[in-house]
Amino acid sequence: MDQLFQHLVNAFMLGGTYALLGIGLTLIFGIMRVVNFTHGELYSFGAYIVYLAAAALGLNFFLSLAVAIVAGFLLGSLIELALLRPMRRADIDTTMLVMIGAWIVLQNTELLLWGGVAKAVPAPFAETPLVLGPVSVAPLRVFVLGAALLLIVGTYALINRTKLGRAMRATFQDSETAALMGVNVSAIYTATFAIGSGLAAAAGALLGPVFLVTPTMGDLASLKAFAIVILGGLGNIQGATIGGFILALVEEIGAGYISSGYRDAMGFLIIILVLLFKPTGLFARAERVG
Amino acid sequence: MRRAVGYFWALFLFSVPLWLQDQYLLHILIVTGIFIIAAMSLNLLLGYTGQLSLGHVAFFGIGAYASALVSLGFDVDIFGYTLVHEPWPVLAGFALGTAVAGLCGYAIGKLSFKVRGAYFVIVTISFAEVTRLVALNWVDLTQGPLALTNIPPFTFDLPGIGRYALWGKFSNYYLVLVVAIVAHMVIKRLVESRIGRAMIALKENESLAVSVGIDVTRYLVLAAVISAALAGAAGSLYAHYVKIIDPDIFLFIYTVTMVIMVITGGKGTLAGPIVGGLIFGFMPVIVRSFVAPEVQWILYGALMIAIIYLLPQGIVPAVERWIGSRVEDSQHSAADALPDSRNAGGSR
Amino acid sequence: MIEAQAASIPPALSVEHVTVRFGGLVAISDLNFTVTEGEIVGLIGPNGAGKTTAFNVITGFLRPTQGAVRYRGKSLNGLKPHEVASLGLVRTFQRTSVFQNNTVFDNVLIGLHRRGRDTLSDTLLALPRGKASERALRDQAWEILRLVGIERRSSEFAGALPYGDQRLLGVALALAAKPSMLLLDEPVSGMNAAETASFMTLVKRIRALGVTILLVEHDMPMVMGVSDRIVVLNYGRIIAEGSPAAVQSDAEVIRAYLGQGAKRA
Repeated sequence: MDQLFQHLVNAFMLGGTYALLGIGLTLIFGIMRVVNFTHGELYSFGAYIVYLAAAALGLNFFLSLAVAIVAGFLLGSLIELALLRPMRRADIDTTMLVMIGAWIVLQNTELLLWGGVAKAVPAPFAETPLVLGPVSVAPLRVFVLGAALLLIVGTYALINRTKLGRAMRATFQDSETAALMGVNVSAIYTATFAIGSGLAAAAGALLGPVFLVTPTMGDLASLKAFAIVILGGLGNIQGATIGGFILALVEEIGAGYISSGYRDAMGFLIIILVLLFKPTGLFARAERVG
Repeated sequence: MRRAVGYFWALFLFSVPLWLQDQYLLHILIVTGIFIIAAMSLNLLLGYTGQLSLGHVAFFGIGAYASALVSLGFDVDIFGYTLVHEPWPVLAGFALGTAVAGLCGYAIGKLSFKVRGAYFVIVTISFAEVTRLVALNWVDLTQGPLALTNIPPFTFDLPGIGRYALWGKFSNYYLVLVVAIVAHMVIKRLVESRIGRAMIALKENESLAVSVGIDVTRYLVLAAVISAALAGAAGSLYAHYVKIIDPDIFLFIYTVTMVIMVITGGKGTLAGPIVGGLIFGFMPVIVRSFVAPEVQWILYGALMIAIIYLLPQGIVPAVERWIGSRVEDSQHSAADALPDSRNAGGSR
Repeated sequence: MIEAQAASIPPALSVEHVTVRFGGLVAISDLNFTVTEGEIVGLIGPNGAGKTTAFNVITGFLRPTQGAVRYRGKSLNGLKPHEVASLGLVRTFQRTSVFQNNTVFDNVLIGLHRRGRDTLSDTLLALPRGKASERALRDQAWEILRLVGIERRSSEFAGALPYGDQRLLGVALALAAKPSMLLLDEPVSGMNAAETASFMTLVKRIRALGVTILLVEHDMPMVMGVSDRIVVLNYGRIIAEGSPAAVQSDAEVIRAYLGQGAKRA
């Protein structure tokens, strides 16, 4: 029973960052209908920037996190402007293949710049875990959860309370009508991709210090992000949030009680099962952003 | 004319081991040949039938593992019951590997009808990843990351000569070449037939195909089965040639390699995967002495993006169009002398 | 006289009290009519009256919320579109009516799919039966191209054809599937007067081959000139049915079209 609580707590922390990953992708996949293979690379990019800033350049940890998120935002904008904008008219296969090409280039650039050895990111938190009854939690993880929740709330506010968010929601519903109503759909696409990428980078930046930073960490992250999006329903931020926590929970329980090796398979099994039985996701409301 | 060219190429390819001294290049040819078979099979599903299956390496790997395990023998515990398999001849492994892969293709084919578009892409990728994780973790059966080793080579019982095992590059080259030619013939006959037309029709315009009585599910599943079986056969060839396989065979990057070969060569054309396969099979050889592997991959990625922008249909169609326009030019200059005798009908 | 004949011959197609609802929207309400073997029936009505929805229901692309469709006595409920086509009910499409990236000849070859007798093994083993079957299909393709009148364009790409010829190709494609009943969805839209006139002749020729025809059209002179009987839809219901002359002078029909820019009405 104690074990169960520990798993739950671990899942909670992981879930927050998974949620960020999922929200970012559900925005991109939902609004732009692009199968974004680079999402995982933005995740590892965020982790590497934090490493670069905090470990190599010695910047303040929290500042490094902020830098990583902004860097992810900028890289996302660059990818959208350079690769996706010219391909606006193309069909889904072509766009998908361009994204695969971009993924290859990004991952190998990271490999080239930082090498294949795993990197550790130092964090200014005490090593000794907080013990609450049967559960022990490292302070770093508490911070990670807090930061993730803050970002989730911020994103939610952005989508539902700002003009930009309204424009994004309109574009999600019907891009043609949105354009007729004066929305600069092109700019919205760029903003969406940038924000989604920034969130992925945030997830990576937060998890980097928790685990190690490796060049292939992005691959699994990409697929888990898709699992979360499918679970929560396309464009559904609340769904993605809950989906993130559900995935983390399933992984923790699966790893704890079945086998740790199959931990990562949980995400894929979820994808396959959900798409087979409930393709609109677990939270089957009408598709909407927000 | 086309046939003559085909025969010429076949003859040329058959002669290669007789004069090629560089054993390393021969090895590259063999592995490239295996990948070309896999690429041709992917082309059937992706290029001709229009299904965005990005889990193709799963069929390749399943064929490899099934074939290897059948020929090595194994014993596993399944829910307390021990299943023991004695080693069977490699040819049986090849047949079973192909069959098992084909069966998986059947499942994917049926699935693709429930799950369309981008979701289908994700499901197929997930399928490949799950297969990889199973191969990695079911150590009892697959040895996990420790790899299946000492996989026996193809062995033929030839009358008069006795047992002939394909240990070396020379013999394996011919085996791969023969299988590649057979695979090419199968695909060619299929796509040029009534059945092939049905597959192409379903890619082009599904509602229209259905309205003239084409059973879309049936042909989709057929394409998936044949495609998967051929990929499984390629996997089996691979396993018995390199004689050691590990779960890395299921890595997404190999699917990407096959996709790059098909797309840059020209999806939906017979020559496309061959051209693409040769380019991306040999590029590492040419490039490796100059740059690090990471840079190689950056180049592939950049090349793929460039080709999608500049020659979206691929290299082979672009070349065909170029040749076609040359022929047209010469025809036009001949026809310019004659009066325009086109039918003066009612149309504009 | 046509009505008397229709009464003694069993109906080919019978649409029986079909209703189609999309959520709260009623697309078709209590649609009930029959088409007799060998008849040419025209289905007309203002835009949005439910004509294409009716087509979709009849050919299995849409499931009716209520009611049934029967062809030669056999219920079509729950059948998939390709199964409906196999029964002999073939339709054309208003938009994207051809395979754009294939040649005219290949388009018709694709349409001939159902008539092929070769199996997978015939194909893979290149057996003579496969080759004979293929040759037979090719001969039939030429016949159909000649019947429809586009054989001189056989090697052109369908997407590059002038619009009128594309519509003809769409009909050729449907004919290739060996229909006993043909459903034509706005076949002359985009055609000029000369093309429309030759199309009307083609329709009569197809009927003479024994094919029953149901067509949806906006071109009034065309539909009135070619049909034995007219069914008029408005807001998803039948508001009139009868001979072209009777329908043209029907008060409710005139009211339905008033203010609607019916083409050359």
